Amino acid sequence: MGSTIIEKIIRNNIGKEVHSGDIVTVNVDRVMIHDIFIPFVASKFEEMGFTRIWDADKAVLIYDHLVPASQVDDTRHFCIGNAFVEKYGMKNIHRADGICHQLMTEAGYVKPGDIVFGTDSHTTTYGCVGAFSSGIGYTEMASILGTGTLWIRVPETIRVNITGKLPENVMAKDIILKLIGDLGADGATYEALEFAGDTVENMTVASRMSMSNMAIEAGAKCALFTPDEKTAAYCGISLTDKEKDLVGDADARYCRVMEYRAEDFVPVMACPSNVDNVKPVSELTGKEIDQVFIGSCTNGRLEDLMAAAEVLKGKHVAPFVKLIVTPASRKIYREAAANGTMAVLAEAGAIITHPSCGLCCGRTGGILTDGETVIATNNRNFLGRMGTSRVNIYLASPRSAAACAIAGKIVSP
Amino acid sequence: MGKIFKFQQDVDTDQIIASQYIIFPTIDEMKGHAFESLDPDFASQVQPGDYVVASENFGCGSSREQAPSVLKALGVQAVVAKSFARIFYRNAINIGLPVIVCKDLHDNVNAGDEMELSMQEGVVRVNGKEYACTKLPEYMQGILDQGGLIASLNE
Repeated sequence: MGSTIIEKIIRNNIGKEVHSGDIVTVNVDRVMIHDIFIPFVASKFEEMGFTRIWDADKAVLIYDHLVPASQVDDTRHFCIGNAFVEKYGMKNIHRADGICHQLMTEAGYVKPGDIVFGTDSHTTTYGCVGAFSSGIGYTEMASILGTGTLWIRVPETIRVNITGKLPENVMAKDIILKLIGDLGADGATYEALEFAGDTVENMTVASRMSMSNMAIEAGAKCALFTPDEKTAAYCGISLTDKEKDLVGDADARYCRVMEYRAEDFVPVMACPSNVDNVKPVSELTGKEIDQVFIGSCTNGRLEDLMAAAEVLKGKHVAPFVKLIVTPASRKIYREAAANGTMAVLAEAGAIITHPSCGLCCGRTGGILTDGETVIATNNRNFLGRMGTSRVNIYLASPRSAAACAIAGKIVSP
Repeated sequence: MGKIFKFQQDVDTDQIIASQYIIFPTIDEMKGHAFESLDPDFASQVQPGDYVVASENFGCGSSREQAPSVLKALGVQAVVAKSFARIFYRNAINIGLPVIVCKDLHDNVNAGDEMELSMQEGVVRVNGKEYACTKLPEYMQGILDQGGLIASLNE
C-alpha cells in the first residue's frame, strides 16, 4: 500500500513506515513561539525543571500580536521574552519583522518535509512548502523545548483534487472558504488535508499559504502541498529526491477524496460568526459596511496587496468606510512600496499600518463596536474577535474586500 | 455529583476566554471572565465539581491553553462533549482537565441537572439514566492520571 504525504513526512522523520492511527514520537525540526504565549512557555519550561533548550537554534521567538505595544501590560511579554532568549542562548528572535507564520517560511526557518510546531493554531500554514506543521499549547511547547520531541497520532488524510482554470475574480481564499463551508468547522478534525491537481500546481506559494493557513478552521491537523520548483525557488533550495517524493501515492489510503472544478468557484464570504457559514458574494450584495481590513497571515502578502490595488487603482474608498491595510511582513511592506502598490492604496484612501497581526487578533488598529460590519481578509470571524461581540465580521478575499471598500457595501468583485 | 452547565456546538476558545484577557499574567486573574460572551454568570455560579456539557467541536479556534486552564481553575470536573477540537483536547489532557466524548448526553440533559461521571467505567449518570462515553487512549489516560504533562514528565 502506498503512503499519503503526511505518512511519508513522519516516516522520514522517525525512520520507519507509519500508517494513520499509529501513535509515534517525532523529532521536531523547528518550533515557533509568539509574544502572546512566551510568558507561559517560559514559566512552564522552568516548572518542568529544564535548564537548557534541546537545540536553541531550532527555536524561533516572534513578537507580532503585541507589536508595537498598545498597552503598558503588553511590554511584560517583551521583557520576559528578551530575558528567556538571553538566558537560554536563542538567536532566532524577531521583534517587529512581521507576522510569525509569514516569517517562518519567508526567513527560511521551514523547509519541505520538516516537522514544525508553534504556539498558534494557524501554524498549519507551513504545509504550503510541504512541511508538517501544527499548533500546540504552551505546556507542550515547553516540553518540546526541553526534549526536542512530541508524541502525535498519525492522521488520516482527506485528499482535495482541484483541476482547471480559476475565474478571474476568484482567489485562493475563495477556494479555501468554499472547502471549509463544505467540510464544516469540524469536518477535518484530527485529519490532514492534502491538495493536488493542476489548479494548485499552478498556484503561487503565497496562494497555497492562504489555503494551508485556514485548514485549522475545518479542524485539520495540517494541510499539505507537494513541494515543486516554485517551492524550491521560494525556499532558496534545490529539492532532494526525498523532498520530490512528498506526493500522495496513487494507492495511498484516504479517508475521503473531494473533487472540484476550478471553473465552478465563485467569490464567497464567511458570514457572521462562523468560518463555515460560507455564502456566494452574489447572495450578500447590498449589505452596508463600516470598515475593510486587508492583511493577516492569511492574506497580507504582496500578491494580496497587489490584487487589492488593481481593484482600487484610480478609485476611492467610500467616504464613511475605513480601509485598513496591514502587510504581513517588513519585506512585503518594502516590496509593496518599491513596486508602487502602496502608492495606489494610499491614493485610494487606505490607512496603511506597520506589519503585525493588527486587527486580526482584535488588539489594535480598527476595533469595532456594536452593530458595525467589517469585511476582512483574515481567517476568523468569531464573536468578539475584532471588538464587541455584536460586530459583524465577513471573511473575504483581498479582491472582494477592495471592491466592497469602494462601494461602501457588499458587492461582487 | 456536580451541576451541568450546557453549551452548544462550535464553542471557540475566544468564547471560553476572550483575547483581551489572555494577556493577564495569571490564570487566576483570567478565570472570572470564562465564557463571558456566552454566559456572563458562568464564572460566578460554577462550583468545584461541576461539569461543562457541550455539543460538537468544543474548543475550536486558537491554540490558547488558557481556555482549558480557566475551566480547571474554576473547578470544572470535566468537559463532556459530542466532539472536541484537537488542540483544545491535547491542551486539556496536558493540564489535567478530563475531556470526555459522549455522543448522547448533550441532547438529553438540561442546564442545572445533577450529573456523575465515572471515567473508570466510561459512564455518565444523569436523572437516573446512564450514558456510555468514550474512554481515553491509554497514553492520554496515563498523562491525565498523573495530573498532566508536567507531573508526567517529572515522574
